[in-house]
Amino acid sequence: RKIIFEKQWFYLDNAIGHIYGTTFEVTSGGNLQPKQEVEETTTETKEAGTDNRNIVDDGKSQKLTHDDIKALKDKGIKGQEIVQQLIENSTTFRDKTEFAQDKYIKKKKKKYEAVITIVKPSTRILSTMYYAREPGKINHMRYDTLAQMLTLGNIHAGNKMIVMETCAGLVLGAVMERMGGYGSIIQMYPGGGPVRAATSCFGFPKHFFDNLHEFPLSKVQSLLSGTFSTETLPADPEESALVEEESNGLSEEKQTSLQETEEEPATEAPMEINPTEEQDTMDINAEDGEFKENKEKETKENVREKQIKQWERRKKLKEAAALLREKNADGLIVASKFHPTPLLLSLLEFVAPSRPFVVYCQYKEPLIECYTKLRERGGVINLKLSETWLRNYQVLPDRSHPKLTMSGGGGYLLSGITVVLEKGRSDSSTSEALKVEEPASKRCKLQDLPC
Amino acid sequence: MNFVEYGDTIKDGDTAIVFLGHESMFPVKVQHGTVTQTKYGVIRHSTDLIGKKYGSKVTCSKGGWVFILHPTPELWTMNLPHRTQILYSTDISIITMMLELKPGSIVCESGTGSGSLSHALIRTVAPTGHLYTVEFHQQRAEKAREEFREHGVEHLVTVTNQDVCKNGFGVSNIADAVFLDIPSPWEAIGHAKSALKAEGGRICSFSPCIEQVQRTCLAMEEYGFTEINTLEILLRVYNVRTVSLQIPDLGEAAEDNSGTGFDSSNPSHQGSPCANLQEGTVQFKSGVPLREVVGHTGYLTFATKS
Repeated sequence: RKIIFEKQWFYLDNAIGHIYGTTFEVTSGGNLQPKQEVEETTTETKEAGTDNRNIVDDGKSQKLTHDDIKALKDKGIKGQEIVQQLIENSTTFRDKTEFAQDKYIKKKKKKYEAVITIVKPSTRILSTMYYAREPGKINHMRYDTLAQMLTLGNIHAGNKMIVMETCAGLVLGAVMERMGGYGSIIQMYPGGGPVRAATSCFGFPKHFFDNLHEFPLSKVQSLLSGTFSTETLPADPEESALVEEESNGLSEEKQTSLQETEEEPATEAPMEINPTEEQDTMDINAEDGEFKENKEKETKENVREKQIKQWERRKKLKEAAALLREKNADGLIVASKFHPTPLLLSLLEFVAPSRPFVVYCQYKEPLIECYTKLRERGGVINLKLSETWLRNYQVLPDRSHPKLTMSGGGGYLLSGITVVLEKGRSDSSTSEALKVEEPASKRCKLQDLPC
Repeated sequence: MNFVEYGDTIKDGDTAIVFLGHESMFPVKVQHGTVTQTKYGVIRHSTDLIGKKYGSKVTCSKGGWVFILHPTPELWTMNLPHRTQILYSTDISIITMMLELKPGSIVCESGTGSGSLSHALIRTVAPTGHLYTVEFHQQRAEKAREEFREHGVEHLVTVTNQDVCKNGFGVSNIADAVFLDIPSPWEAIGHAKSALKAEGGRICSFSPCIEQVQRTCLAMEEYGFTEINTLEILLRVYNVRTVSLQIPDLGEAAEDNSGTGFDSSNPSHQGSPCANLQEGTVQFKSGVPLREVVGHTGYLTFATKS
């Protein structure tokens, strides 16, 4: 099958049988060829200038013309050789400092030597990729923010987690990776079904999905009030669920944005739709193709099979409802495009005491409100509103410095720990409860701890 | 309880966290007949703790109360007895993700130090993974062993007392990831490479100084590590405060304008308690940065062996 990546067509067939981390070169026919470690052909007799006082930018230092370069490319000449030619035909190259020469070569290599490394999917790779390529789909959650969530949420094997996300299933996948198939996850979903486009990129073994449950968000209130029954499923769950689950492309995006137009401010819309236009990422496209095939088969299936599926779905829903009713979840992770406050106030009901919860939001203000409301509600301690800054560095001999600061765009987190909610306290005046807590914390600072 | 599995009730021998108030807590070892003094009075373990649910409010002798929390690596990090400088959860998070750790991973670590990172690593690789941690300081190694035993995770960790730069990790070709927090990590890169699996793995080195990073990167390159990447992560914590600003008296009644102006810029729609025009002041909620924050912990250098 043909796959496009960074303006290059290629076939993956030749990559099979190689270990992860193998680097390939793309040849003209779109085939991949494993690339061996090339010894850096040490540029013969390193000749270099010391500064740029005599280098004039006259636009004529490169003697090869655009047409020349195109001709070289069309002939199918190796990128490495084109770079060498460019260097030889640059009149200023020898006058440049050693560092500048290095930089020049690197730039040209990037452009003419197409190499591809195939790596194993992981939260690290996928969250970095999504943040770089489709930030709109994951609510601009930077990978270091996701890392914080997994740690603050004490995600580990054996947990019973509740996850509410609209991040294409990336957060769900990250939680699944950390739980390694041990324990259970209940994914709360809005609309007709959970979106797991990113989850499928992880390539989890089948048994990881055995204890993955889903529960519709629209049924939370009825479950809490005890009027929940599986007979009143969301309208035509089968159909809409499949569509949403399996088309991670435009259709899904349109669907959700249509659903949400009433609640979402208009400014959100372009941000949501933009990333879908740059849908040429390798992984996603590959998945798309597979899904379409499946979908075609799906539509051909007869009604009886559909009924069986519906029955199975209902059974799974009952299981999820039963798990939630126990109200003993080991944690709650929220990362969605919705306002976090109502989600948290309801979903925390299902969490056992002394368990961590983490809420992600792209913006700080909703979390400030959420903080206030949680303090009023009680039953939580150690509330913390935070953000991380991430800075990448270039480390080279005599050329070390920060690369770029990423800030603000990574989103905010509100985290805390649940405690036993005292009966009567939530009914009585909440301001009183707050007063009790405030002075306590102040006294703590003054006195030394006995231990 | 233990550090890798949640339990409902507090049992004899557990390590529990006593939460007194904002940012103020300490760990206790729960034992029959023991008492713990707090500024709110005495906690009697036999009656006040054992058999109670984690997350309960416990009333002390003087009428004050505390919460008893289930231990987690993150709470332990905030409360552990320091024997060395420790890594905090912000750095630990990114280390765990960038090293691609998950249940079943085999990890090598040096030095063990106070065991802050060790607990987080064990939590993540449990129940099928293992941590091999090397500490050249004999007393610290002993103490770490004791703690792992107390915390019910000794089956997941091996503590070795030797110099990682000279003798390595004591294992070869079994690790998925290696973490180094030592003064001269470049001297251990070779050992790290041989500890990692033949098919590859990830490495991370933590250093406070850029000169250390420089030498480490060179060593990594020399040993054929790829994808070398150095980064730094900083935590910003915000206090939620209600702030009120006075409206300047310009000699005219401009109340309505300023009031609605603040209201519309505020995205929270429910109740909107933030903008309140009262006696010439505007109130709003804000996330205020702390006055003093950690500006630098260390550089984290990651690389891949493939």
